[in-house]
Amino acid sequence: MKDLMDKCCSKCFHTSEKPCRDYLACRLEGPLCHQDETCSRKRRDFINSIIIPQESKKREILICAGTGCASSGALGLLAKISEELETRGLSDSVGVKITGCHGFCEQGPLMIIEPSKTFYTQVQEEDVAEIVEKDLLGGELAEHLLYQDPITGERAATYEQVPFYARQKRLVLHNCGHINPEEISDYIANKGYLGVSKAVFELTPEQIIEDVKLSGLRGRGGAGFPTGLKWGFVHQAQGDKKYVVCNADEGDPGAFMDRSVLEGDPHAVLEGMMICGYAVGADEGYIYVRAEYPLAIKRLKIAIEQAEKYGILGNNIMDSGFNFSIKIKAGAGAFVCGEETALLTSIEGNRGMPRVRPPFPAQSGLWGKPTCLNNVETFANIPQIIRNGGSWYSSIGTENSKGTKIFALTGNVNNTGLVEVPMGISMRDIIFSIGGGIKNGKKFKAVQIGGPSGGCLPEEMLDLSVDYDSLNSAGAMMGSGGLVVMDETTCMVDVARYFLSFTQSESCGKCTPCREGTTRMLEILTRICDGQGKMEDIDTLERLARVVRSTSLCGLGQTCPNPIISTMRFFKDEYISHIRDRHCPAGACKALLEYRIISEKCRGCGMCIKVCPAEAISGEKKQPHVIDPAKCIKCGSCKEVCKFDSIVIA
Amino acid sequence: MSCNCGESKSLELQESFQELLKKYKGTRGALIPLLQEAQEIYGYLPKEAMQQISGTLNIPFSKTYGVVTFYSQFHLKPRGRNIIRVCQGTACHVRGATKVFDAVSKKIQVAKNETTKDLRYTLETVACLGACGLAPVMMVNEDTHGRLTADKAGGIIERYE
Repeated sequence: MKDLMDKCCSKCFHTSEKPCRDYLACRLEGPLCHQDETCSRKRRDFINSIIIPQESKKREILICAGTGCASSGALGLLAKISEELETRGLSDSVGVKITGCHGFCEQGPLMIIEPSKTFYTQVQEEDVAEIVEKDLLGGELAEHLLYQDPITGERAATYEQVPFYARQKRLVLHNCGHINPEEISDYIANKGYLGVSKAVFELTPEQIIEDVKLSGLRGRGGAGFPTGLKWGFVHQAQGDKKYVVCNADEGDPGAFMDRSVLEGDPHAVLEGMMICGYAVGADEGYIYVRAEYPLAIKRLKIAIEQAEKYGILGNNIMDSGFNFSIKIKAGAGAFVCGEETALLTSIEGNRGMPRVRPPFPAQSGLWGKPTCLNNVETFANIPQIIRNGGSWYSSIGTENSKGTKIFALTGNVNNTGLVEVPMGISMRDIIFSIGGGIKNGKKFKAVQIGGPSGGCLPEEMLDLSVDYDSLNSAGAMMGSGGLVVMDETTCMVDVARYFLSFTQSESCGKCTPCREGTTRMLEILTRICDGQGKMEDIDTLERLARVVRSTSLCGLGQTCPNPIISTMRFFKDEYISHIRDRHCPAGACKALLEYRIISEKCRGCGMCIKVCPAEAISGEKKQPHVIDPAKCIKCGSCKEVCKFDSIVIA
Repeated sequence: MSCNCGESKSLELQESFQELLKKYKGTRGALIPLLQEAQEIYGYLPKEAMQQISGTLNIPFSKTYGVVTFYSQFHLKPRGRNIIRVCQGTACHVRGATKVFDAVSKKIQVAKNETTKDLRYTLETVACLGACGLAPVMMVNEDTHGRLTADKAGGIIERYE
């Protein structure tokens, strides 16, 4: 067997036109329709070539080819390794395959050697010979490529020993980084599509919806609506035609979990959508993906093509009588299309503007038909819930937030990347245990959660339990799960201004309060950052925020004031010092900075004079220099080149 | 046109565009995919192409124009051979994306959403590329480049002719 369509002998008849209902189970444990030791050995050998058993002499090199590692040079690495194995005649005993994202993009390109699970980080092309020589041939570790803890300096040999992974619970991401996303056999060998086969053969739509309700799964796109409830509404809705839509328009700056799931485990999303289709009575699905994610689109296309060819997607799926097809729609670059009604309008070929709800998409969605719309991560949870049961899933997490959530941990933190944790873990655990603390030994200031709709949490909130309800009551929100860590050099007024400039340019313009309100709020924040603020601006901002929040139609307008409200709540003193003292405590707002040379430290080397683009620095050689504040454009070039730390920001 | 060298090329484009119109005629919700693929052919959306699309789909030109100007992906003017998109995401912002943008902008002497006279580069920003782990990031055509500094970014764009 070279792939899962190969027949063991002439008794097998499975094709996409004439599917066999035992196809999946048969390929994993079969043959089921006849007894033959040769046939069953063929299957075992094939599965073992994908999941290599510990005792096997065969080795497999997994190279991460997600967007992160690819941009760090993973593809060149892949070519180099294949070439090296070829020249040394190792191609038969050592396999090489690409995988999706491991989540630890900071350390890329990443490489895992199976079955020992040795985990190499930042592997460059010139390290390839050493890995082959030492690890593959010599059975030793290439010590200097192992992950090194930035604090303790200890090295970790395997994946599980790296602190970044050790504290995580990877359910949705369990396949990401371990299977080849462009190979359906890899997914099936890892129990893939068993969820949908259990659904269509053993469960009724009502039972599935009950199970999803029991699991307690809530929408992972941000709002946290109970998934089972939504499915129930669509199931009950009257209509000859229904649709399933997957929202993969991941637009929040700072969030990339959906991209990683689509790139690393696309079949899980397809399977989730199929189960949903069966449960709600739909036979057609759409995936709306951002055009900025070309790799995700490519892998989805491959996945759909393969699933159709293998008789798992399409008409009469595995001879169950259930039909389901999936199409991809590429977004055209509008953040507001992440809002459900805007997304549906965009699929229909219009300007992506939200509309009034009700009617909700569950009653009247795509082309006026009942539509079940869920996010990528939500769908990716479904196959495991169906396979293992709702009560298994609900045993993870807190009272009202079940299961795990993927966060994109970024910003000024040592270990950036994707982390999947059980609900209820504390923010401190995520940032300091998994994230390894703040970069360059600086002090923690705030963490921004939930993107442009979310809020900033200060140090005293770090022990907050991470779940939907605690975050809402703290004035933040789960959102899609972006976590941007900020240190003492980040200015909170500037952060609020940054998010407002984003929502202002992305506001679709339909509702006047949002269109005009975001513009005015941005004006005020820009004024404050430029040192032109007035004390009454604070009240005006608060009032505008309240109005925009309560009078906008969709989530964009209703939540866009959150960054202002939360920074004002926890960092009001920063606003005041910008306005009253014309001073930016973090030293980030350019207009409020003044560069000065400490004459005692200056040796008069002239480096700063050379780099200053505005000719603002003067002084004799070996005599202390001075900066002319009237000419200085505050670019910071002088500070970067000064070897004596004599230039300070006042 | 003052010279004839471009004519055969433009005929070729015309042909594939006509094929495209045929493919989508009568399909529901075809406007956006049609515009996307037309832009792939021409590199931008010429007025004549939008008019023909409107005719084929039986949609008022005003609606087509409305959709084109709503989405940031569509362009009404010719663009450079290489599209530089500097990420403005939160993580990139915090790690100095502004400096990267300024450096690139200074190097190729164009502002945001502008194209160099020789049509070599178009400079754009993008809300988030989803490669936050490597911030600050920029994308040149389909390649993502991470862990940038102002100097490094300048060096990278030189590689694109």
